[in-house]
Amino acid sequence: MSLNIKVQTKDQYVLLDIEGDVDLYSSPDVREALLKLTKKKTPTILVNLEKVPYMDSSGVATLIEGLQQCNKYKGKFGLVSLRDNVREVFELTRLDKIFEIHRDVNEALANGSI
Amino acid sequence: MAKKIEVRITSDPQMLSVLRAAITQVGQLAGFAPMEISKIVLAVDEACSNIMRHAYKGKKNQPIIVTCKLKPTKLEIIMHDFGNSVDVEKIRSRKLNDLRPGGLGVHIMKSIMDRVIFKNGTDEGNFLIMQKALPKRQ
Repeated sequence: MSLNIKVQTKDQYVLLDIEGDVDLYSSPDVREALLKLTKKKTPTILVNLEKVPYMDSSGVATLIEGLQQCNKYKGKFGLVSLRDNVREVFELTRLDKIFEIHRDVNEALANGSI
Repeated sequence: MAKKIEVRITSDPQMLSVLRAAITQVGQLAGFAPMEISKIVLAVDEACSNIMRHAYKGKKNQPIIVTCKLKPTKLEIIMHDFGNSVDVEKIRSRKLNDLRPGGLGVHIMKSIMDRVIFKNGTDEGNFLIMQKALPKRQ
């Protein structure tokens, strides 16, 4: 299954829309897209996982790298709209406590943490 | 008698989606609930990714044999490869508070499956045996 990645620039944030399974095969594409944004020191990055039916630890590792790069320049980094089985991967690795995870973009913005 | 399903793939990461589809079917055959099936699929995907990355060091044309045995009380999944023998000590799961990319696969496998046994560097190659008890029938 191929991966589709779209970058949408909004007023307050940049939304990285990912569509497809994120695994060892496809995670380099996500990494490339994320690092493009962090190299530009994008102040707020939201990663939309609504259309990601599957993610393994290589996908999680890619997001950790994105978060760490963002932290270096004090940017904000959040994940939105995780499906239950994808959220489970974050819970298994206890990374649900590390990432800002929100039900959707509106919640991320309303919460004030993003 | 145990039901046996064997899947042979090459060590190309593109094959992971094929393997996941097969393991999903095995999980359904075994009677696991959908969330449990997705976890078992994740454990097998992680094991296979480790073989591709560490045993075969990214070579894409090497064999990986996945044998699923549906026994009376448990599902047993055996991953078999012929790559470099990876030091089991080195592939132990890392501490979770050590926030860095990578090293999560073994932790995930051990969290999901009841038993995870590495038999690396045998004359026949490397084996990873994972077992999970079948759900109790209602």
